[in-house]
Amino acid sequence: MSKRVLLGLLLACGLTASALAQEPKTGGVINAVIQPEPPGLMLAMVQNGPVQMVSGNIFEGLLRYSPKLEPQPELAESWTVSDDAKTYTFKLKKGVTWHDGKPFTAADVLFSIEMLKQTHARARANLVQVDKVEAPDDYTVVFTLKQPFGPFLGIFEVGSMPMVPKHLYEGTDWKTNPYNNAPVGTGPFMFKEWQKGSFIRMVKNPNYHEKGKPYLDEVYWQVIPDAAARSVAYETGKVDVLPGGSVENFDVPRLSKLKDTCVTGAGWEFFSPLAWLWLNNRQGPLADKRVRQAIMYAIDRDFAKDVIWNGLGKVATGPSASTIKYYSDDVPKYPYDPAKAKALLKEAGYKGEKIRILPLAYGETWQRWGEAVKQNLIDVGMNIETISTDVAGGNQKIGDWDYDIAFTYLYQYGDPALGVGRNYVSSAIAKGQVFNNVEGYSNPEIDKLFADGAVATPDSKRREIYEKAQKILVEDVPVAWMLELQFPTIMRCKVKNLITTGIGVNDGFKDAWLDK
Amino acid sequence: MKQFWKSMLRSPSGVIGLVILLLAIGIAVFGPLLFPNSPWRMVQRPFLPPFTLSTVPLGTDALGRDVFAGMIFGARVSLLVGLVSTLVALVVGVPIGAMAGYFGGKVDDALMRFTEFFQTIPSFALAIVLVAILQPSIYSIVASIAVVSWPPVARLVRGEVLSLRTREYVQAAVVTGQSNTWIILREILPNALSPVIVLASLMVATAILLESSLSFLGLGDPNLISWGYMVGAGRTVIRQAWWITVFPGVAILISVLGLNLIGEGLNDALNPRLSREGR
Repeated sequence: MSKRVLLGLLLACGLTASALAQEPKTGGVINAVIQPEPPGLMLAMVQNGPVQMVSGNIFEGLLRYSPKLEPQPELAESWTVSDDAKTYTFKLKKGVTWHDGKPFTAADVLFSIEMLKQTHARARANLVQVDKVEAPDDYTVVFTLKQPFGPFLGIFEVGSMPMVPKHLYEGTDWKTNPYNNAPVGTGPFMFKEWQKGSFIRMVKNPNYHEKGKPYLDEVYWQVIPDAAARSVAYETGKVDVLPGGSVENFDVPRLSKLKDTCVTGAGWEFFSPLAWLWLNNRQGPLADKRVRQAIMYAIDRDFAKDVIWNGLGKVATGPSASTIKYYSDDVPKYPYDPAKAKALLKEAGYKGEKIRILPLAYGETWQRWGEAVKQNLIDVGMNIETISTDVAGGNQKIGDWDYDIAFTYLYQYGDPALGVGRNYVSSAIAKGQVFNNVEGYSNPEIDKLFADGAVATPDSKRREIYEKAQKILVEDVPVAWMLELQFPTIMRCKVKNLITTGIGVNDGFKDAWLDK
Repeated sequence: MKQFWKSMLRSPSGVIGLVILLLAIGIAVFGPLLFPNSPWRMVQRPFLPPFTLSTVPLGTDALGRDVFAGMIFGARVSLLVGLVSTLVALVVGVPIGAMAGYFGGKVDDALMRFTEFFQTIPSFALAIVLVAILQPSIYSIVASIAVVSWPPVARLVRGEVLSLRTREYVQAAVVTGQSNTWIILREILPNALSPVIVLASLMVATAILLESSLSFLGLGDPNLISWGYMVGAGRTVIRQAWWITVFPGVAILISVLGLNLIGEGLNDALNPRLSREGR
C-alpha cells in the first residue's frame, strides 16, 4: 500500500515539473474541502489551521517561503539586512491595493504589527526581539532589533504575520469589527460569501498586484463534517481538492488510485508537523532516563509509519523535523529493539508500576496509534492503562501535568528558535498550557544552548549550537519522538501549481490553474 | 423444578437459546485459556482476509490484530457486562417495585414518580451522557446500563405485587402478624418472580446491545476489547475489509438472538396457562 502512495507522490512530482513548463490557462472554478469549518476568517484574530488555509488566500504577508523555506517577495519586493544583523529594511511593492480599492502602504504594516502583538500569540513571541519598527516613507519599513535574531526572516509568512487594513480597523473594537465576517485583504482572492455549515466562496481579485494572477475565477471551500462523506464527495466529483488531513489515512491509498488523481505530501515544510509522546519527567518510573530510552526502543515506529500512516511521513530522529533549519541526524539512534528496552527497564529497576497513556482524540488514526504503542510497551513488560478522553479533556490533563504518557503533534515553523526550543527549555514550563515544556524537562545546558542559538551569528555558529542541543536532547529523551507527519493533499491532476510554497494550500490558489 | 425443565426443553426456541448461551459462556470462560494471545497484539500483516492463514482464521484488522482472538475475548466482556448490569438493575428495581406495590399510597406515588423520571429520558442518550461524564471504563459502563434498565423492572414488580397483595394467603399472613419484610420476601416475591425472570433474560440481551453501541461510539473501556468496539473500529474500513465488522457483528446478533429465544422459552415454561395448554 505504501508503495502505491510513493508511486503517487513520484507521479505527482513529475506532473508538477511538467506543469511548470506549460502555459497557465485562465478561468475555472475549484471546489476544495475545508475541515473543520473555521471559527472565523479574520486571520489576525484567529489562527486555527482551517482559518489559515482559507484566509491565507485572502490576506498576504510581507514574504512567502519556498518549500526549502527561503524567503520570497510578496508584499515586500526586496529587503536588506545591516552588517550587525540588527536592522532589517523592507521595500514594499508599489501599486498594491486592498480589496476595497485603498492603497496598501507602510502605515498598514505598522498598524498590523501593533494589532498582531495584541491578538496573535505567536506573532507576539516572534516580535519579542524587535526594538522598534519605523516607516521613513510610504514604501519602506525598518525593523530595529534589540540583538541579532537568527530566524527573523522566517516570521513574515501570511499566517504568522498577515497584513491588516489600517483604514478599516484603526479606532474600532477589533473583536466586533464587521469586517471580521467579510475580511478585506490584499490577496489574490476576495471573500464573497459564507453559508455557515455549507461553503465559503472566494472570487478572483481583478486588481491583484501580480499581473495575470490569479488564474482561477472562483474557489469554493466546501464544509463536509463527516470524514467518509468527504471521501465520497471527492469520488463523486463534488470537490476537486482534499487538503492534507481532510480524509482518514486508510482512504488515501484508495483515493490515490482513482483516475486523474494526483497526490503530494509537499506543502507542509514550513509547519513540519512532528508527532511525539509527552513523557512526564516529573514523577514515577518515567523520571528515570533509562525508562524513557526504553520506551524509544520499545516502540515500533516503522510499523506506525507503514501501517497506521499508510507509509506517509518519516520516522523522527529527534526534536527537529528533517525539513527545518539546522536539522542533524548525528544523534544517538533508537531502532526498534524490544530486547534492549527490556534490559534498560530491568536496569532502571522498573517493577510493573502502572503507567497511564493518553491517546490524542483526533479520530481513528490516532486511536489506532494509541493502541499499537500501548501494545508495544506491554510487550516489553510495562503495565499500561489507556485513559480515554475527548480533545478538551485531554488538553486539560496534559496542561495540568496529570498524565504519564500522552500523544501530541506540533508545528515547528521552520526554525528551532521558533518551534523547537519552546518544548524543552525550562523557562517554558508553565502549568495550564499544552504547547510548551509540558514534560517538565529541565537542563541548564539546553536552556543556554537555545538562548544562545536564537541570537548567535553567523549561521554556521547557530548550526553548531543546535546540533549540540539535538545530541543532548536525543540522549536524554525528554519526550519520545515518533514521526514527522505528512498530510497528503489529494487533488485532480487537472489542478496545476496548487502547491508551490512551504505552506502549500494555505497560499496556493494564487498560482493554481485548471487545465481544461 | 422438574416440571419447569420439562416444559422449557419442550419449547424448541428455548432449547436453541440455551445451547447458544451455554456455547457463548463456554467460549467466554475457556476461550482465553485455549487462545492465550492478547487480542491487542499485532500478529500478522494488516487487512489479512479470513480463511487464508490457519493461525488467524478470521483474518486481521487494520493493525494486523487477530479478529478471532478479539471475538473470543470480546465474548467475555459482552457477557460479563450483560449479566452484571442486569443483576445490578434487578437489585435496584425489584425492591423499589415491591415496596411501591406493597405499601401503596404515598410511598407508591413517590417511588413511581421517581421511576418515571428515569423512564422519560431516552435510555441510550442517558447511558451515553453517564459514560461520558464518568469516563469510559468497565465500571461506568455497567453502572450506566444498570441505571437505564431498572425502571421497567420496578414497574413490572409493582404490578405483580399489587395484584398479589390482595390475595387471601397474603392477607392471612398480615392477620397472623408477620412483619412486612417477611411477607414481601417470603409470600409475595417468590410468586412474582416468573415474569421478572423472563424480563431479566431480555434485559441481558438489551445490555449486550447497549454495551456494543457504547463501544461502537468509542465510549467502551479502552483497555478491554469488545464486539461493539471491533465493529466500531472496523466500520470505517468496511469497504476494504468487511470481515473486521461482520464477524463481531454476527456474534452480537447470535448472542442477542439466543437470549431472546431463552426469554421466549422461559415465558412458555413459567406461564402456567400456556404450559398447561401445551400438554
